[in-house]
Amino acid sequence: MGYERQADFGTPEVRSDQEVTCFIDGREVSVPAGTTVMRAAALTGGSIPKLCATDNLRQFGSCRLCLVEIDGMRGTPASCTTPVAEGMKVHTQTPRLQKLRKGVMELYISDHPLDCLTCSANNDCELQDQAAAVGLRDVRFGYEGENHLGAPTDTSNPYFDFDPSKCIVCSRCVRACDEVQGTFALTIEGRGFGSKVSAGLASDDYFSSECVSCGACVQACPTATLQEKAVKEIGKPERAVVTTCAYCGVGCTFRAEMRGEQLVRMVPWKDGKANRGHSCVKGRFAWGYAQHQERILSPMIRESIDQPWREVNWEEALTYTANEINRIRDQYGRNALGGITSSRCTNEETFLVQKLIRAGFGTNNVDTCARVCHSPTGYGLKTTFGTSAGTQDFDSVEDSDVVLVIGANPTDGHPVFASRMKRRLRQGAKLIVIDPRRTDLVRSPHIAADYHLPLRPGTNVAVLTALAHVIVTEGLADEAFIRERCDWDEYQHWAEFVSAERNSPEFLAPVTGVEADAIRGAARLYASGGNGAIYYGLGVTEHSQGSSTVMAIANLAMATGNIGRRGVGVNPLRGQNNVQGACDMGSFPHELSGYRHVSDAATRALFEAEWGVAIDPEPGLRIPNMLDAATDGTFKAIYIQGEDILQSDPDTKHVAAGLAAMECVIVHDLFLNETANYAHVFLPGSTFLEKNGTFTNAERRIQPVRKVMEPINGYEDWQVTQELARAIGLDWNYTHPSEIMDEIARLTPTFTGVNYKRLDAEGSLQWPVNDKAPDGSPIMHVDGFVRGRGKFVVTDYVPTDERTGPRFPLLLTTGRILSQYNVGAQTRRTANSVWHEEDLLEIHPTDAENRGVKSGDWVRLASRSGETTLRAHVTDRVAPGVVYTTFHHPATQANVVTTDYSDWATNCPEYKVTAVQITPSNGPSDWQEDYEAQATLSRRIEGTAMEPAE
Amino acid sequence: MSGQTVEKLAYMANQIARNMTFDATPAASIAEHITAFWTPVMIDMLLAQSNAGLDPLAAEAMAKVAAARAHAG
Repeated sequence: MGYERQADFGTPEVRSDQEVTCFIDGREVSVPAGTTVMRAAALTGGSIPKLCATDNLRQFGSCRLCLVEIDGMRGTPASCTTPVAEGMKVHTQTPRLQKLRKGVMELYISDHPLDCLTCSANNDCELQDQAAAVGLRDVRFGYEGENHLGAPTDTSNPYFDFDPSKCIVCSRCVRACDEVQGTFALTIEGRGFGSKVSAGLASDDYFSSECVSCGACVQACPTATLQEKAVKEIGKPERAVVTTCAYCGVGCTFRAEMRGEQLVRMVPWKDGKANRGHSCVKGRFAWGYAQHQERILSPMIRESIDQPWREVNWEEALTYTANEINRIRDQYGRNALGGITSSRCTNEETFLVQKLIRAGFGTNNVDTCARVCHSPTGYGLKTTFGTSAGTQDFDSVEDSDVVLVIGANPTDGHPVFASRMKRRLRQGAKLIVIDPRRTDLVRSPHIAADYHLPLRPGTNVAVLTALAHVIVTEGLADEAFIRERCDWDEYQHWAEFVSAERNSPEFLAPVTGVEADAIRGAARLYASGGNGAIYYGLGVTEHSQGSSTVMAIANLAMATGNIGRRGVGVNPLRGQNNVQGACDMGSFPHELSGYRHVSDAATRALFEAEWGVAIDPEPGLRIPNMLDAATDGTFKAIYIQGEDILQSDPDTKHVAAGLAAMECVIVHDLFLNETANYAHVFLPGSTFLEKNGTFTNAERRIQPVRKVMEPINGYEDWQVTQELARAIGLDWNYTHPSEIMDEIARLTPTFTGVNYKRLDAEGSLQWPVNDKAPDGSPIMHVDGFVRGRGKFVVTDYVPTDERTGPRFPLLLTTGRILSQYNVGAQTRRTANSVWHEEDLLEIHPTDAENRGVKSGDWVRLASRSGETTLRAHVTDRVAPGVVYTTFHHPATQANVVTTDYSDWATNCPEYKVTAVQITPSNGPSDWQEDYEAQATLSRRIEGTAMEPAE
Repeated sequence: MSGQTVEKLAYMANQIARNMTFDATPAASIAEHITAFWTPVMIDMLLAQSNAGLDPLAAEAMAKVAAARAHAG
């Protein structure tokens, strides 16, 4: 694709069952009723000049450039605000219009610098284009009068500048911030000629304002007023490649706009069905890590972790690794080997890693980082509905009447979907938030939760059962739906359980900390407020009852008939970009791709025929079991692709002990991450910009990842895995990831209709894609549940064994922040760190005062597992008795304090509940000091500056 | 630093049992769950310890697991 801006139809698409036919400059066009003249003209291939209109914002009608003449209508109406009517005859180019437009444009240009040749937006500027389109040749008014040409540029944002001298006050940026992002950070300050765009208060700049750097304003700007610094530094892009973001599970698609081999900017793709042309600060701007100086580009090996690394070529690294794998298999047996697939890598790469483990290593000891995030989703939704995935597409929220968010903080974790959700809430949908913290969603511009249930961490199941109690005992259940779609006997068993007095809101209030009236109100609203949709995140899954909570959510949706149509459903907000895909691809130790258990002989036979090897019929080890077995001396080698378990997994000391006990740890990653401190082989990885493949987002949407530049480490990750497979004797000969997807489709019933040709043609596909659903499945369980009848599961509240007491009286819960991503390996290596340089501990003012702690103080955070230090932030966002932090920075190592308690069904760690004590501190903990020393030693590389002098 | 101890496996089995108490056939469901998700080594390790500290329901489930394994040979 050469470089050109995406087509802009001026005003948004209209949904209508009625069609209207009109004539634009004599050309007949039929459009949905309500469509504007501007859009209709654009659909005919015509182009009406415009400045304040763009098709992802509501029509505004301020620039007066898009005037048209319409037969039978007086004056020259603005085409952006005039809807078409049946038989309407529109003229877009007449001498009268030409004169008017030229006069308007002349006024604009009279207060705009004439520096086009040196402007960074030259030849990529709508103002320039429109000046040409209206035939403006000179400006009569001169520049002697009052103007804005000397206004200083605001360079405070790390990614874009605001140059008010070039602003035409079209309000597109302000409207984008309001309508698309929903932050309302921008405004037009002043009146008349003094009007100007302002971020926050007059004393604010962009950085100090409430701007979240989503980039919507930059994208909307028709001039160089708001422009990416990278464009100024590198120049105008020459080509664009559509690809999929590698951050969260929303799966935004972008145009990677390139100049040569250099990425200039990522611009959200308007045709992307997940993001609909929007972005967040991570996907839009935080891609600089791909070229970061700390990327490791040469393979490295060492015999023991106290030695410095030795750079070797790929052949030596792969031979050494293969020899080690073969030695350990011969010496200790195949089950001493294992591997971990990555939710950051593509479906194809993930599929190959699990294939390498099962077919090459000969064991089912393969797991994935979903173990520590959404494994309870897989278990819970498969048990109740029959499919280990969410039920809706993101568009569905547009038809929701009640949105229930539990254990999720979408404005930080899934910001682009949060913007779509907030838009629906501003339209009037009701909101219930169940979260220990007062997240931004509870109260944000023009949005206020109808109910915020600030439950005590660890009591999700009790709250959900109390909600169910109200629904059943007050006769709010949808009995017709249940009788038709679910197992009636199981429902009755469940209904009897939840109806018991011990599950009432009043009885459980002392346990949950939530007032009974609030629970009753929320239950009534969800059950009877129209289309009810539940969205949840890791605040649901990362508990000792994570799977129970997922099933309790499913119970609520079934009991109220909120399944199987637009606007409703159960929607897990997936953490990483390809969590869904990694699970789909057979990364769990007990199942092959498509969630089929390894004990199923027919399924195994399929794979055995394709792969030519026998598959072990017994499940393998999960990640925590692998670490336990390593400590026991029975698990000796692991291949870890794109995952930093030392930082991300709970009880860091236990993880470190497990890794240290292994004889061969193979890390395949971009950077020398924390896990690599315990590694013997480092295989350099490639970024999402350097590879082909697919990601599957939280909607089950499979989307292409396209290589926009050559991998600077030499190979795409699937190629590295293939070379490792060949080194241990497997005859793999894939020449492109499309061939891997073809194999996935042959082996996986929900993927039979997926191939690269279709993905290129259709942009994306939502599984299942097969004979029953040839065009994919935006919404699941429409005519019936995949498992047959929906299964109600009794979810009794079982308190966690992690208890507070005199030594550890507070509950720690963890989460993430908008600007950083997971362990921070990517975002910490970008300018995003200016928003979050370190992990902070949120503590309630009462708890802080009792301990003599003020904001900014260093505090010691101690649990039964360990202790660390970090700085405090005193805030009433958290309730008394609860503290909160993020885990983005290895210096903090928040997981030193988390425990090895885990979900009863899946062993997903209980990150969200740890009993802790906070005390003032004046320095790092012993663990932090020891770890820093060990990490420094471990990262030495022979013959480089990373090797300290003797 | 503890590894895959019998105590830890017993804790896991008891935890599963506490969460499946209200199943229609709890012992059978717990046994099915453990068979589906645990490795044979983990199961054998727990079965080999006669006084592993299992709660009654978990013990009943493990007895079913043992019987099924004996039946399968």
